[in-house]
Amino acid sequence: MAGALVRPTLTTGGNLAAQTVGATVRYGKVSAIEDVSLEVPTGVMGAIVGPNGAGKSTLLKLLLGLQDDYDGHVYLLGEDVAQSRHRVAYVPQRSTVDWDFPADVLDVVLMGLYRGLGPLRRVGRAEKAQARAALEEVGMADFERRQIGQLSGGQQQRVFLARALVQQAELYLLDEPFAGVDAASEVALVRVLQRLNAEGVTVLAVHHDLNTLKKYFDWLALLNVRLVAQGPLASTLTAEALQAAYGGRLPSMAEVPPTEGLPRPSLGADATAGRN
Amino acid sequence: MLELLTDPTVITVSLGALMLGLTSGALGTFAVLRRQSLLGDAMSHAALPGVVIGYLVAGGRSLPFMLLGALTTGLAAALLSVALSRRRGVKSESALGVALGTGFALGVVLLSYVQRQPGAGSAGLEQFLFGQAAATLRSDLITIGVLGAAALLVVALLFRPLKLVIFDPHFARANGYRVQLYEAVSTGLLAIAIVVGLELVGVVLMSALVVAPAAAARQWTGSLTGMVWVAGGIGAGSALLGALLSAAVPGMATGPTVVLVASLVVAVSLLVAPRRGVPVDGA
Amino acid sequence: MVAAIQTVQALLDSPSFAILATGVLTGASAALLGTFLVVRGQAMLSDAISHGVVFGVAVTFLLTGNATGPLQLLGAAGAGLLTVALTEWLARSGKVKRDAATGLVFPALFAAGILLLGLFARDAHVDVHTVLLGEIGFVWLDRVQVFGLLVPRSLLVVFVAFVLNALYVALFYKELTAAAFDPVLAELQGLRPRMATGGLLALTSVTAVAALDAVGVVLFVAFAITPAVVGRLASQRLPVMLTVALIVAAAAALLGYPLAVVTDLSIGGCMALLTAAPLLVLMPLTGARRRRA
Repeated sequence: MAGALVRPTLTTGGNLAAQTVGATVRYGKVSAIEDVSLEVPTGVMGAIVGPNGAGKSTLLKLLLGLQDDYDGHVYLLGEDVAQSRHRVAYVPQRSTVDWDFPADVLDVVLMGLYRGLGPLRRVGRAEKAQARAALEEVGMADFERRQIGQLSGGQQQRVFLARALVQQAELYLLDEPFAGVDAASEVALVRVLQRLNAEGVTVLAVHHDLNTLKKYFDWLALLNVRLVAQGPLASTLTAEALQAAYGGRLPSMAEVPPTEGLPRPSLGADATAGRN
Repeated sequence: MLELLTDPTVITVSLGALMLGLTSGALGTFAVLRRQSLLGDAMSHAALPGVVIGYLVAGGRSLPFMLLGALTTGLAAALLSVALSRRRGVKSESALGVALGTGFALGVVLLSYVQRQPGAGSAGLEQFLFGQAAATLRSDLITIGVLGAAALLVVALLFRPLKLVIFDPHFARANGYRVQLYEAVSTGLLAIAIVVGLELVGVVLMSALVVAPAAAARQWTGSLTGMVWVAGGIGAGSALLGALLSAAVPGMATGPTVVLVASLVVAVSLLVAPRRGVPVDGA
Repeated sequence: MVAAIQTVQALLDSPSFAILATGVLTGASAALLGTFLVVRGQAMLSDAISHGVVFGVAVTFLLTGNATGPLQLLGAAGAGLLTVALTEWLARSGKVKRDAATGLVFPALFAAGILLLGLFARDAHVDVHTVLLGEIGFVWLDRVQVFGLLVPRSLLVVFVAFVLNALYVALFYKELTAAAFDPVLAELQGLRPRMATGGLLALTSVTAVAALDAVGVVLFVAFAITPAVVGRLASQRLPVMLTVALIVAAAAALLGYPLAVVTDLSIGGCMALLTAAPLLVLMPLTGARRRRA
């Protein structure tokens, strides 16, 4: 049964979906992120990339209001995080969850509806229909009664996305949504995100794989504790910016599409030139 | 046989066992899912000083006071454990060990104080070490019943937030739930789960009656609701059977008997139950 | 020479000495091993093992009719290792999480042991109350002949346990440390981490039985864990941690006895409680791990 396609309701026409002003998070003497002024425009399909330890997850947590100690300001959809929560959907890393929890796929998707239900209202047919529609969209409709502990990584991720879909949000924040996900699931996930994006939903994901940046995203923020660069993908994804973000730990340059005028380095002694 | 069934003591003991077994088993579901089995062990041992203090404050055996004391010191032990584990290099399991050892030591010291006092008070207190079915009074049923009912009511009202917070605390927080509050409630429920059965099972073994029913239940069902019900049932049954056995056979202390029954149920569940409440479908 | 022997015998005859010495040696033995358990993040194993050995005590008693002796220690070691092995096996099955596995296995074994003792050993020296709480105040009553000296049995047993533990730690310090911090690397270096750990757990079991007379199963945990945690708060280096733990355990025993005498309270309880006394000073001093930005 194909239920109503889950469509978000867009309310504001503001120009920034997510914004931080001079955000700093410190643990003791070490900064996780330092003086980050992120400005994500509405309607983009954005990625936050950077090396390990760059503070990507911290920045995301900050945007979600999950970070207690910080300096600076955070706004989502033009408002304080507390005000705009209900218009934002979060897809966390799979590792943060106990997959042995007694729940089936439908259970998990229904959890996305809890906040709207309050303590007294029951989970009824309408809610289940919504959940099923979301599962249909991510291609997991047949898995409704499957125990979540029996799912593959990609399937788990799709269930997480379905849980977010039922919230009908204007902004989606995802933490490494494609990490450890099989090819088929990745395709399914991207398709859903792109369809949402086409309808005006802003998507912002911490992304781990430089190779797929150009394929999936149109906006980019390069982070390495500080914000190295941000903006439309084509103009922001430059060799210089990557160098600055990744320092001496540049992943295989041969795989990153070269920008105009930059010679492709060969493997061997030359490959180390330019790294300090 | 019929006389046994209509014997008022037997009825009292049975009712008490059913109520506390149901409560501990059901509440234990949340503790086990939150991986608080060992915290339960520490809180249970640390309940001993509270039982004695409650006795001293009340000036005699008064279950409400003693259980209130047990709740207090049990929760204090949990707080101590949290505070310690915040220190550099101290793992949470080490902190639990400190809370357990210190709490129980304090209990032993206080118990010895009462033992030195004139009167037979300490005998009633020592029963809280291993439990004593036959010591259940009619008035105790009220205490156990009220405590248990209140706790289960909380579970019923807060079921969805608790479920969400335990399953995915990050998502819950991002959705505006006060995760710390619900986690505190959940720990409070664990404290009640432990305290409610102390008279029957004793401080040393009570945590097992909180853990075992839930562990067994998990083998049979794949839903949280199911787990709560099944754990409650197994807890009630184990407590009842253990209490009656212990009362019938001299030399069988109640706590160990109840725990052994519950452990056997776990063993059977592990061996026999379909995989995690899911029929094996070969997929 | 004869005078020396007489002095020693006089000491051994003194109840106070017997109690103090038993307490100090029990505490030190427990703390020695407990430090490694704490460092491994397995502090609660001391709780599990000390409960599990009761099963071994009960079974060996039923089989041999004896409550004391080297056979008991062997049976204890076996039961302790059984506890750990069963817990491990249950946790690895994936059907139960590790903490729940721990909280299931040792209570079951302990309960079985208590029931066996309660049903079949009512008159024996090992009674349920003693098992739980110990009777350090009466250790000087039960004595054995050793090398012509009359020694309190419990004192002898904990002395042997202490010597064994000290030797083990001294001989296998490298192996134990490596096994605690990086078992994979230890394996590669031929340091036999699993054997070292097995030995650690076996000795913990033996020490737990040795401690039964003195402080009982639960207070054993206080001696095994709390001094080690005090040591950890005091220092980041293992040798210092170990030394501090030993000092704290010994001092708690030495001071606990007079405290108990003066206040007329449980000796074992006071000794165990004092192991936590340094925390009153160290906790405020160490503060929280993270400071707010």
